Amino acid sequence: MAVFEWVRFLIGALLVVCGLLIFTVEMIGVFRFKYVLNRMHAAAMGDTLGIGFCLVGLIIMSGLNFTSLKLFCVIVFLWFASPTSSHLIARLEVTTDEEKEKHYRTVTLKELEAESKEV
Amino acid sequence: MRAMSRKIPEEAYQKTLSYRLRQWLDGTRDPFLDTVEMKQQKAFREDQKTVRKRKEEKKKLFEKIYDVENNAELRVFRKLYQTFCVLFCIFLVIMLLIAVSYLPSFGNPQNPVNNEVAERYIEKGLQETGAVNIVTGMILDYRAFDTLGESHVLFIATCTVLILLRKDKKKGDKEEISDRVHEPKNDVILQTAARILVPPIIIFGIYVILGGHLGPGGGFSGGAIIGAGLILYLNAFGFKKTERFFTEKTYKRLSVCALGCYCLAKSYSFYTGANHIESVIPLGTPGAILSSGLILILNICVGVVVAGTMYTFYVMFRKGGY
Repeated sequence: MAVFEWVRFLIGALLVVCGLLIFTVEMIGVFRFKYVLNRMHAAAMGDTLGIGFCLVGLIIMSGLNFTSLKLFCVIVFLWFASPTSSHLIARLEVTTDEEKEKHYRTVTLKELEAESKEV
Repeated sequence: MRAMSRKIPEEAYQKTLSYRLRQWLDGTRDPFLDTVEMKQQKAFREDQKTVRKRKEEKKKLFEKIYDVENNAELRVFRKLYQTFCVLFCIFLVIMLLIAVSYLPSFGNPQNPVNNEVAERYIEKGLQETGAVNIVTGMILDYRAFDTLGESHVLFIATCTVLILLRKDKKKGDKEEISDRVHEPKNDVILQTAARILVPPIIIFGIYVILGGHLGPGGGFSGGAIIGAGLILYLNAFGFKKTERFFTEKTYKRLSVCALGCYCLAKSYSFYTGANHIESVIPLGTPGAILSSGLILILNICVGVVVAGTMYTFYVMFRKGGY
């Protein structure tokens, strides 16, 4: 039984460490990228995947009880809320950006195909 | 057009009391000075000369204050300023550290904090208030008067925000000419997410309010959660949908009812419970939802006030009116 406990702890710890690594990547991205949408891409990753890994690790560590159910609810809530808020910020940025040409361009799929054939 | 609707001629109207009142209100006629001439205000314009003068003055000011390279006195002042800043900070840190070192050590049973008051809260709190959560028992029973003041502070804060941010209705519907044009409206993704998330958020807020005397939670935190749910709903579906159930009138009625209920309930408990006279409201079995006497009712009152306040703040800052 002790072996099972150890394996469970190790899996949980591994997942938490994974989550922390993703948070580190997110932090570097937020400070290194220059444009809002790029930064947001990095930030949203931590809010969904990073926190998902951390909380799943904690659930595995604590076992199936009321606390882990609450943690699961937190994951579900964050996976709804974080992408939605990112989407709204992105939409606001796109509608209010005054220098669109500098930051991004709009292409259709056909144009993309044509470009890739040229290269 | 105006001549059409006149009931009496111009001369007759000028002799009436209402005409004179009108003049006095407008300031064209003063009872002491008689007719006052009003000048039309001119738009502000600046000629080239004053512009040049202003720019020169600005340049001089810049040279006098920020020109470090040529002004030795300034350089010395700056150095001194920086050193004294650092010295002052170090002095402050040392003072505070000395003050901290005189504090009693953390967790020592002989500390002055561990007096008979805290002892009584811990030993008799459950028995006297009926709340499993000692903190709730403290803030909503022993010190309920203080919490009443806090709820009133929230209410007064909302009133102040209403006074400061409320829009005049006379100015017409020009609200679309603002930053709100750029706001994403009728966003399908947000609406879908809100449809799924708002009911659980509000139910969770109610759970936090109702479970305040059994565990962590209470009126303030639960009210804040419900307010956040309402704000999310407003963001997703717009003002028209929220106005169906939450307008200024609703807010006023809800908060006045809640505060009045709190006042009444608490004064009742002051006259009975605080003097150890038998109260009609039973304390119930500790741990059940319907227990601990008045605390549940007071929690609900505080929650209603906090939720309304959160929502009203948001609405005021966004639109300046419901």
